[in-house]
Amino acid sequence: MKRRDVVKKLLSGRKDLLVIAGLGSTAWDITAAGDSPLNFPLWGAMGQAAMIGLGLALAQPKRRVLVITGDGEMLMGMGSLATIGVQKPKNLTVVVIDNERYGETGMQETHTAHGIDLNGVARACGLNVVDSKNLQGAIHKAPGPHFAVIKVDAEKIPLVLPPREGALLKARFRRALLGSKADAE
Amino acid sequence: MWPEQIHKELSGAGVRVVGYVPDAGHKRLIELCQADQKMRAVVLSTEEEGIGLAAGAWLGGQKSVLLMQSSGVGNVINVLGMVRECRFPLVTLVTMRGEQGEFNPWQVPMGQATRPVLEAMGTVVHAPATEAEIVPTVNAALRLAYNSYASVAVLIPQRVIGIKSFQDQTSR
Repeated sequence: MKRRDVVKKLLSGRKDLLVIAGLGSTAWDITAAGDSPLNFPLWGAMGQAAMIGLGLALAQPKRRVLVITGDGEMLMGMGSLATIGVQKPKNLTVVVIDNERYGETGMQETHTAHGIDLNGVARACGLNVVDSKNLQGAIHKAPGPHFAVIKVDAEKIPLVLPPREGALLKARFRRALLGSKADAE
Repeated sequence: MWPEQIHKELSGAGVRVVGYVPDAGHKRLIELCQADQKMRAVVLSTEEEGIGLAAGAWLGGQKSVLLMQSSGVGNVINVLGMVRECRFPLVTLVTMRGEQGEFNPWQVPMGQATRPVLEAMGTVVHAPATEAEIVPTVNAALRLAYNSYASVAVLIPQRVIGIKSFQDQTSR
């Protein structure tokens, strides 16, 4: 499968879905699907995408939160699956777009290229592992936390870059989500 | 006692999310936050996770605080780059080791590096010298962080925590 097609499909009909993307390819993927103020694409902080999703899901229990990240990024923050498993946020889904490569640094193989099973890790941490045909229902409706790995081709494709200034990405997200309350604190 | 008073400050400031990696010096404060119905106490597998947690909570409109020991500061260095670049407000309460009267030599290097490491990453460091200064300092840190979008760490001195030996630590 092609990663851009997969992510575009994940985000089709997203409505008011809140989306965090891990640094690198998944940040470009969500931008290629259509930039939105309710996207928070990371340009750094490798390993933290799922935790940012957890913090957001706890703060916004009535909204649905989707984390889209890569296998390398998820491997760096694997302990966060244990932390999510303790908190059990019903409104959080983590999807790993798994090309079995570190895509930004020369396409070196990650652990998942050698059989390491992120679904197994997530399942052991108490997350609900879903397959791709049930993913839309998991993201938008069913009580989570959900987790999915989608295997994609290891391909080099053109970058589609979101705004890169962190403070701007934060401020636009908060204004879109919180309205005038974003500036009232 | 200062843990009770810190909890009152956090509560008064509207803190809703408390990320922590346990430390003997934070034991009482963690218990108070766990018992507080308005707070979500989140046990972390590493301190680094607490930075993501706080950032996500703020994106969603909630205030948080992060509790750790000085050794944990070494685990958050790179992700403090996100805090600075995005101007996320952040309050970290650090119980110090490797300071006066340390009994574990392995605690000394990170304890002594805690302040310069935080400052190198753009975090404002408040270091109250006495027990009486801790609570007003936490109050000021909360205001600085949430009114001015700053990352602020309060270093709670080892002298105040007063753990003198391994036996003392485990008996708490």
